[in-house]
Amino acid sequence: MSISVTHISKSYKKVKALQDISFEVKPGELFGLIGPDGAGKTTLFRILTTLLIANEGSATVAGFDVVADYKKIRSSVGYMPGKFSLYQDLTVEENLNFFATIFGTTIEENYDLIKDIFVQIEPFKNRRAGKLSGGMKQKLALCCALIHKPKVLFLDEPTTGVDPVSRKEFWDMLKRLQQKDITILVSTPYMDEAALCDRIALIQHGKILEIDTPQSIVKHYPKQIYNVRANNMYQLITSLNDYEHHHSVYPFGEYVHYTDNRTDFNPKDLIQYLESNNLSEVEIAKTVATIEDTFMELAK
Amino acid sequence: MNNNKVIQVEGLTKMFGYFTAVNAITFDVEKGEIFGFLGANGAGKTTAMKMLIGISNPNSGKAKVAGFDVFTHAEDIKKNIGYMSQKFALYDDLTVKENITFFGGIYGLSRKRIKEKSAVLIEELELEKVANKLVGSLPLGWKQKLSFSVSLLHDPKIVFLDEPTGGVDPITRRQFWEMIYKAADQGTTVFVTTHYMDEAEYCDRVSIMVNGKIEALDTPKKLKEQFKAETMNDVFLKLARG
Amino acid sequence: MKRFIGFIKKEFYHIFRDRRSLFILFGMPIAQILLFGFAITNEINNVDIAILDHSKDATTKEIINKIASSKYFSIKQMVNREADIASVFKKGQVKAVLNFEKDFSKNLIKEHKATIQIITDATDPNTANTISNYVNAILQKYQKELNKDITMVYQIVPETRMVYNPELKSVYMFVPGVMTIILMLVSAMMTSISITREKELGTMEILLVSPLKPIQVIIGKVFPYIFLSIINAVIIVMLSIFIFKMPVQGSLFLLGLESILFIISALALGILISTISATQQTAMMISLMGLMLPVILLSGFIFPISSMPVPLQVISNIIPAKWFIIIIKGIMLKGVGLQFIWKETLILLGMTVFFMALSVKKYKIRLE
Repeated sequence: MSISVTHISKSYKKVKALQDISFEVKPGELFGLIGPDGAGKTTLFRILTTLLIANEGSATVAGFDVVADYKKIRSSVGYMPGKFSLYQDLTVEENLNFFATIFGTTIEENYDLIKDIFVQIEPFKNRRAGKLSGGMKQKLALCCALIHKPKVLFLDEPTTGVDPVSRKEFWDMLKRLQQKDITILVSTPYMDEAALCDRIALIQHGKILEIDTPQSIVKHYPKQIYNVRANNMYQLITSLNDYEHHHSVYPFGEYVHYTDNRTDFNPKDLIQYLESNNLSEVEIAKTVATIEDTFMELAK
Repeated sequence: MNNNKVIQVEGLTKMFGYFTAVNAITFDVEKGEIFGFLGANGAGKTTAMKMLIGISNPNSGKAKVAGFDVFTHAEDIKKNIGYMSQKFALYDDLTVKENITFFGGIYGLSRKRIKEKSAVLIEELELEKVANKLVGSLPLGWKQKLSFSVSLLHDPKIVFLDEPTGGVDPITRRQFWEMIYKAADQGTTVFVTTHYMDEAEYCDRVSIMVNGKIEALDTPKKLKEQFKAETMNDVFLKLARG
Repeated sequence: MKRFIGFIKKEFYHIFRDRRSLFILFGMPIAQILLFGFAITNEINNVDIAILDHSKDATTKEIINKIASSKYFSIKQMVNREADIASVFKKGQVKAVLNFEKDFSKNLIKEHKATIQIITDATDPNTANTISNYVNAILQKYQKELNKDITMVYQIVPETRMVYNPELKSVYMFVPGVMTIILMLVSAMMTSISITREKELGTMEILLVSPLKPIQVIIGKVFPYIFLSIINAVIIVMLSIFIFKMPVQGSLFLLGLESILFIISALALGILISTISATQQTAMMISLMGLMLPVILLSGFIFPISSMPVPLQVISNIIPAKWFIIIIKGIMLKGVGLQFIWKETLILLGMTVFFMALSVKKYKIRLE
């Protein structure tokens, strides 16, 4: 196993940041840790990168214990913390050179690993990192984390605050890296990114809600979800919440995702009910669950 | 002037030196509408919004917000709008009540009115138990909701939201959108700037800015049809890649 | 070693790219020295005084002449009655009144003792103190002349000779103090800020999750500032030699070594501060409040330690700056060698080793 976490718990003063977390990541896997801010993702990353010590439980990374063998882990993993953590006043090239030197290597030595990413930022190599756009910074940070050819790569919310185009490119890069035998643990608050991982763990309030492939997580959603829309969104939501048979009512873009707690639910009844509540243009259609639906159902 | 149009923008332009940050944008927003203002980092959406809320002067073009001209009546605009951003929300070292009182005071609400308002607000958000606790100790989702309510304290005609729900858990996020729908239903116009495309799906209409220009403006549904895309994210990717 | 050099290279990039800090770094010592040297001065010049002479005899006339001819005082007016003294002060025309008793000359010869009252305007206590010191100095000089001719000594003069700074040049006193402050500030504050900046930026996390050893990070952080502090020390000494014509009496080499010792102790303090502060702002506040104030107030730089209350005197002993000021005053003003300041040097060395050890120990290999 590339990463193995067994019964890890961690508390700060009053707050329980992590409660009894266990999971394993196979070599070469792209594993996603999906959860909102404050779910405990960063704490878990810091424990695995040897920056924090857990109160309970144990963990190994690349076969090394995170407490006893912390020095070995530090030279064999790459870590990209949540905040933009490069030297703003150093140029792209100087940043990369610096991180290469402190890991005892050179850019040339591992160039083929970062080549795909580096060519995109190379035109700006003499620009100070602080003057790069969000997407560029993120690419540079990834290069810096990869420069010593780590076995395991930890990416803590790499796509937060980055626009959709850069996000897409970033995930494409991760997919390519995976083919070079690097195990990747990535965290994100965006549920739509979950589908891009091999396996994911849904995490909230320091607890893991479920671990599986994104496909089976959605497949296991217990109910039929209906897309509902009408002329007035707010009235629609209030009416649905007042409907005695409702199981869940969540606005979902231009629709409301509705589930009913009856097995023999007939959408026509609902249309009738909604129209009796002065709503018009009512539409109801079946739809499939998303990771977000599952997350909300589990967190409920 | 059509009273239903609370934001009217025509050919609004902002230059920084030779760089055109906002290039002759034109759009209207109606009363009670939830309007999504989308764009990548650096596309010019922040600059455009700063002009609309009266803290930056345009170089050319026309714009009226809440019935006031951005060139001549910037101060009146400020009185009639609310603003909430994820970065600056509330003071962490003040309690819930103190925050409400403070922001009520800024917008010139009378003491009595602040008292009434905060009682209603605390009840609606079910914050009775934490009313005297420091805002810093509340979960992120609660802060967001409180912060939104505070931006509505002075009953503004328009509320500007800057990436309001990034990073919030899915359930709280939905509660947040329910609050937005409610405000819109009561006639407040909601202007959302964001680069999270899933936030865009919730808006009545969205505009997408690329390199200082508005390249698309319609309902999410029609945009998706027009670009033959499944999600707003795909619409955006197609637009940005040209 | 390559890692270490790479680290130091990076630190110098930071320093030289931050123009504003660089300007403060080198502008501050120059500004402070000039400020203390020219503006904030203990010297007095042409202070207006008044004289009330009850005897009007040869001796008093001579003394008055001496005072009038010194460049320190100018006699603004003569007062006739004691009752007028108060009004003279009230008008604010003079800073001091010299009151010669009746039969001054006669008393001096007969009783070998004569009294002169020096009344000073103590609303400005520093000036008042200086004035009375200067008058005393002139009187003593006169007495010496007097006693030279006569075999019998008329008066037992308390020996308050002004030594080492016979011209009473205040800049001589300030140079060691300012040097101490600057070295403390540059070394301690700058290091603590540069370390906490990495914490704020999040780069510290990456440094920790790298094969760099804590000691490498610490020395790498500290090294550039040793270098900068030495440059600063050189600038200060040069300024004092060439602008204020203040000679360094002792060995420059010894002065250099002692300065490096003090710089290292300040750097260690800087690291200690960075281990307890999470942001640059806290680091700066702690450096200013925790280091600068004690250096200014308790090191003997401005207020003499001997006149402090006993508890403060005790506290002053744990301030490295106190010992450093004693050492450099010794070298710069008295020209003494190591044999006279070995004790202070040893204390400073002990403190340095202690702070160093503590900061290496306190430096965290993890985040909490």
